[in-house]
Amino acid sequence: MAYEIVVVGTSWGGLAALRELIRELPAGFGLPLVIVQHRHKRSGQLLPSLLQDCTPLCVCEVDDKAPIEPGTVYVAPADYHLLIEDGHFALSTDEPVRYSRPSIDVTLVSAADSYGEHSVGVVLTGANADGARGLKRIYDRGGLALVQLPSTAESPAMPTAALRSVPNARALSIEQIAATLASLAVESARHSERR
Amino acid sequence: MAVPLTPDEALDGPPLSYNPELERIEIELLLEGVFRHYGFDFRSYAYASIRRRLWKRTEAEGLSSISELQALVLHDSAAMERLLLDLSVSVTAMFRDPGFYQVFREEVVPLLRTYPFIRIWHAGCSTGEEVYSTAIVLEEEGLLERTRIYATDINDAVLQQARAGIFPLNRMQEYTENYIRAGGKRSFSEYYTAKYDGALFSPSLTRNIVFSQHNLVTDRSFSEFTVIFCRNVLIYFDRDLQNRVHTLFYDSLVMLGILALGSKESLRFSQYEPCYEKLHPREKLYRKIR
Repeated sequence: MAYEIVVVGTSWGGLAALRELIRELPAGFGLPLVIVQHRHKRSGQLLPSLLQDCTPLCVCEVDDKAPIEPGTVYVAPADYHLLIEDGHFALSTDEPVRYSRPSIDVTLVSAADSYGEHSVGVVLTGANADGARGLKRIYDRGGLALVQLPSTAESPAMPTAALRSVPNARALSIEQIAATLASLAVESARHSERR
Repeated sequence: MAVPLTPDEALDGPPLSYNPELERIEIELLLEGVFRHYGFDFRSYAYASIRRRLWKRTEAEGLSSISELQALVLHDSAAMERLLLDLSVSVTAMFRDPGFYQVFREEVVPLLRTYPFIRIWHAGCSTGEEVYSTAIVLEEEGLLERTRIYATDINDAVLQQARAGIFPLNRMQEYTENYIRAGGKRSFSEYYTAKYDGALFSPSLTRNIVFSQHNLVTDRSFSEFTVIFCRNVLIYFDRDLQNRVHTLFYDSLVMLGILALGSKESLRFSQYEPCYEKLHPREKLYRKIR
């Protein structure tokens, strides 16, 4: 299967988990990686810069209508929902969903509906249930669902809820998730060369 | 701590059985119908957002497809009113992004002092939170007297709310905090009177504000402005429509006039980028220079 986009959702404990994940990705990682991390609405540029410190990949906070480029790490801006359309992003200030804006569910659902079986959803540590419904949508549309093994998560509630919602999701450690994404990226590149 | 999962809860998206291509056809047909019958043109709105909003309305009306929603709104103008509210209301806050208002006060206000008369356009002002924020800054800087603010929106219902100047009391703590961070010079509570669950803002703030209906998609420029605010409105438009609206803004600004966008909006994807200079490295404040 050729995957075209990866969406990673996380909340409590997410910064450490994300840094570990991003650090493990190879410099030539060829897929767009979209991060939705719950954070304070005035948290500014701190998250992207902390992530940029641990990867040669380009990390940027998403501007409205920015094109989706491979090999780039995108961070959902605080206080906006991040929607994914075919080839570019769109932002929204619609009401928070279950107290969250950005909502992980909203981004996962929109990735699933735009990219279908070419989408990968990843749910990491967090102290709520955001992401569970969106991950199900990814899985139901034929995409790949990965979840951080709850026993390895700083806060297991979110991965547990995701696994309850998508029992067939693959539960992996962060290291295994990074390795899986890296090999998916290589496979997907080969696949698209053949096409 | 975990919020219990209720899988049936609306996701503001189509049922899984929905075929995405068919969905797009239905959405385009509905928007075409709404435009031809009612004259509201949402055809160039950002697809992902309008799609969420249409499903929200579909579910709220107890329907199960976009085609059913189309039949309802074309035959029932009250249903159309409800849809119009869903499609046109943007959720905002007083002094949203306090850093923006701080920079506005520190960098833009000194420029405004050089004008004998200031004309400001708040395009897509929704329920008016940011209009009142601007008025408060100008009042404190002694400029409100020689300013006229034109606050416009496509939707008359939100304009009535904006005009009334009553905002939810339970937001005042957040707004007060924003106001302080934005460099407010007084006590925020001086500006409103609490009554029941509403905060009524001082009518003197609106003495130089004109609220009126204007459609960014179909209406033309109506004056020349010193400053145009359009924050977090263009995110709901697709790139073509964004460009058309940027033409309208460019034509409506005086030379050296200021364009204020939302913090994640950018001129980067617009043909007008070379016509403006950035006034600040972080906040989206641009000055028309050619």
